[in-house]
Formats: sequence, C-alpha cells, structure tokens
Amino acid sequence: MKKIEAIIKPFKLDPVKEALTDAGITGMTVSEVKGYGRQKGHKEMYRGAEYNIDFNPKIKIELAVSDEQVDQMVAVIRGAANTEKIGDGKIFILPLEEVVRVRTGEKGENAL
Amino acid sequence: MKDQIWKRGTLGVVTTLALLAMAGTAGAEEFDAHSSIISLGYGLDTFYLLMSGALVMWMAAGFTMLEAGLVRSKNVVVILTKNIALYSVACIMYLLFGYQIMYGGGSGVLPGFSFFIGPEHTTAAVLAAGGDIPYAHLADFFFQVCFVATAMSIVSGAVAERMKLWTFLAFALVLCGFIYPIEGYWQWGGGFLKTLGFIDFAGSGVVHLCGAAAALAGVLVLGPRTGKYKNGKIKAFPGSNLPLAALGTLILWVGWFGFNGGSQLKVSTIADANAVAMAFVNTNGAAAAGLVTALLLSQFWFRKADLTMALNGALAGLVAITAEPTAPGPLLATGIGAVAGVLVVVSIITIDKLKIDDPVGALSVHGVCGIFGLLAVSLSAGSFVDQLTGVVCIFAWVFITSLITWKILKVVMGLRVSEEEEYSGVDVAECGLEAYPEFSSDK
Repeated sequence: MKKIEAIIKPFKLDPVKEALTDAGITGMTVSEVKGYGRQKGHKEMYRGAEYNIDFNPKIKIELAVSDEQVDQMVAVIRGAANTEKIGDGKIFILPLEEVVRVRTGEKGENAL
Repeated sequence: MKDQIWKRGTLGVVTTLALLAMAGTAGAEEFDAHSSIISLGYGLDTFYLLMSGALVMWMAAGFTMLEAGLVRSKNVVVILTKNIALYSVACIMYLLFGYQIMYGGGSGVLPGFSFFIGPEHTTAAVLAAGGDIPYAHLADFFFQVCFVATAMSIVSGAVAERMKLWTFLAFALVLCGFIYPIEGYWQWGGGFLKTLGFIDFAGSGVVHLCGAAAALAGVLVLGPRTGKYKNGKIKAFPGSNLPLAALGTLILWVGWFGFNGGSQLKVSTIADANAVAMAFVNTNGAAAAGLVTALLLSQFWFRKADLTMALNGALAGLVAITAEPTAPGPLLATGIGAVAGVLVVVSIITIDKLKIDDPVGALSVHGVCGIFGLLAVSLSAGSFVDQLTGVVCIFAWVFITSLITWKILKVVMGLRVSEEEEYSGVDVAECGLEAYPEFSSDK
C-alpha cells in the first residue's frame, strides 16, 4: 500500500476531488497548508508600504491506495490539477506500512 | 359620496374646535403670540441642539469602529475600551470642570475658574429676553460635551497598539478637564481669538487640531510600534477588520451632520435654517470629494485603490470643511474637500517617512487637514492672518501642555507596555481578553 500526498493549488480542489471519485477513490483527507517552491511569495501593499507574503496558500490531499492504483491516481491528480504554471504543486508517494479501520478493526487492503 | 361626508365632517369638527378655543380663551386671557413664538423657538432650538448632540455622540461609535478595524486583532479590545472609556471620562470631567472653564467668562486669555455647569434658564427669564436666550443651558452643555469627547478620541488612534490604557485615560482627564476648555474658551467662550476675528465654526481648530496636537505630543514621547521602522524600511501592520473601519467612517460621516449642522446652534429662523442646510450640503460634499481624490491618488501613486486611504480621505474632507461649512458655496466646499483628500494621503506617507508612527492617520486627518481647513476659511470669510494666528495659538497651547502632561505621566505611570506585551498583544496584558478568541492569531 502507498500513501499519496498531493500539494495542489486551492482552486483545483474540486476538480481533483471529482476526478479521484470518478476513478474509484472512496475517501481522502484534505488540509489547508502554506508553502512555496519556485513560485516564491508575492507582494502586497498597505498605506504605501510594501510587504512580502512569503508563503502561498495550498491544499494538501492525502490518499491511501494499493500499490497497483498508484500510477493511475497520480495521473488522475496531475490531469485535474495541472495548469501548466509555476506553483501547480507536487505529489509525494510514501510507503504505507499498515492501515486499520477504526470501526471494525480490519487491516490491510480491506481497510482502504 | 363617502368623500363628501369626510370633507364636510372634517370641516364641521374643525369649526367647532375653533369656536370652542375662541370661547375658551376669550375673556380668560389674551392669546400671547409673542410668548408663544418665543416658547416655540426655544423648544425647537433646544430640540435641535439636543438631537445634534446625540448625532455627535454617535461619532464616538464611528471612531471606535474605525480604530478597531485599523489595528491588529491582538490590540482591538484595548482600543475599544479606550474609546468608550474616554467618552465617559470626557463627560464627567467636562461636567465637573471643563464646561465652566470654557464658558464661564474670563479676561480674554485666562478663563475664570468655576465649576459645575450652572443653573438652567427659567421660563420667566427666557420670555423676558425676547428671543435672546434661544435654547436650554443644559442643551448647550450636552452639545458641547460631545465635542470634547471627539477631540480626545483623536488621540487614541495615534497612540494605538503600544500605550498603556490607564495612562491614556489619565491624560484624558487632563485634556478634557483643562487643556481643551482653555483653548475652547479662547474661541467659543468669547476669549481673545474670537475677539481677534478668528473663525472656527464647528471646531477644525478647537476640536480637531487640538486632538492632533495632543496626539503628536503623545506619539513623539511614546515612540513607534516595535518593528515598524527597521533598516530604513517601513513595515506594514495591516488592519484586522476593514468592514469595521468602513462602517466607522460612514458613521462618522452621518454624525458629522450633527457636528457641523448643529454648530449653527439654532434652526428656528429662516436665516439659521438656511445656514444649517448649507452646512449639511457642504459637509457632505467635502467628504465625498475627499474620498474620491484620496482614492484616485492612491491608485496613481501605489497602483492600488487603498480603501484605508479612501476612508481617511473622506474624514480629511470632513475635518477641513468643519472650520466654516456655512460660508462657502457647495462648489467651493467640495473643492476644499478634494484638496484635503490629496493632502491627507501625502501627509500620511510623509509622516511615516519621518518615522512618526500613526496607525490610523489621525495626525494627517485631524492635524494637517484641520490646519488646511482653518486657512481655507479665508477663501470665503475672515482673514488669512487671523486664521494663521488661531492655528498657531491653539497648536502651541495644546502641544506644549500635552507634552508636559505626557512626560509627567511617563515618569509617574509609565507610557508604554513592555516589549513582550506589545508582541503578544496589549489586549491580553491590559484587559485579559481577546477580541476574536476563536481566531487566535499566531503573531
């Protein structure tokens, strides 16, 4: 099993969620994060004084999938979140050692 | 058919009542038209003054909301407390000392020193005066007390986010009880500025320049917010609640109709009523023009339409026209407001560059534009030299006495919160409260 962590632009959350649902994903965790890569921050102005916002708001989506699903889900996320501009985000794939369903205690791929 | 019945019925009732009235008064006493007119005028003018005073009191809400919106969320509770408490302190000090100092007569420079507010006019005295006593004495007090509170509230914005609450209120005692009444006596109490011919209809000098001078003295002794000026750069501390700031400005705009309109003090003659209407129109026009020019200048200069500058622009126009809102025509008044809107933006940037930290632009709105408004009076009334004299006298008196007061308070009570308190926010340190506890900020 693998954990997919995708950092995407906030306005892409709905398209990515729908695309993943269409591809058969039944659950995910979403959090609001801040970050920067090559996009860097941006400038704002208040009463004539410029100031930098170093971190851009992003959305992090976390999924647990079986090994066979990884490539497909990565493609789905990329397809929905890509705008061909700097700041589109990154996808991280981590090994997932175990998954447990809280209600029943099921483990492994049955718990995905 | 129904119409006919209504018309005839009404006519019948009115005729009967008139006959009864005539029968009732005939032989009892003659109908005293003269006294009735005096009574009516007195009642109307007293009502007008009281309602105008209530509108000016509403400006306290305007200042409170404006300042609450322009400070950071960790400092909002203290500024709310300062605003509402200073209004209260002003009312008490002016009742005990200030009003009589200001209106109790004197030698021209030195006012008399008496206390409390004196007795109300008796009916007999009012009737005997034949119209020379136009409204209730207590109505005059109520109207004036709201003005002194306005002057004091100007200070709270300039010293925001780093001054101790109780030191601020101690200063309020002194300004409202003594500093303001003495310079107010010089102009509205019949003192030497009035005799000179200095014109300050509703208080660009007496109220706004006074507040700004006291604020400037305070800000110089207090110092800027920590981290505001670092390595030659000016750090922005964006306001926490711009909806409140906008609301506050609109409340002030409405309240200003009482501030300027009410300063005519009477509405019961045709000349007075016309003057009041002119005051309303000019006040409105100056505010509108100030807002527009400030917004435009902000767009050209910063390439952004800065709302906070626009709000300051409206207030700048209001302050400028306050010196004389009844003499200029509407076009000139609008022009005065427009110039004030440009002046205030330039002034805010310049004062910041001088490393004088004024979180809400109070010095620019009330000081710079107050001075401009007073000098601009000479475009339609009075003389430039007299106006300049008034400006210098009021500014010098208030600035120097305030500076002394602030310095004494610094030694006795301490002026500034500690660096750690300033960093985590004065609200928790001074009031033990957060303004937005569910949105606790990390800074």
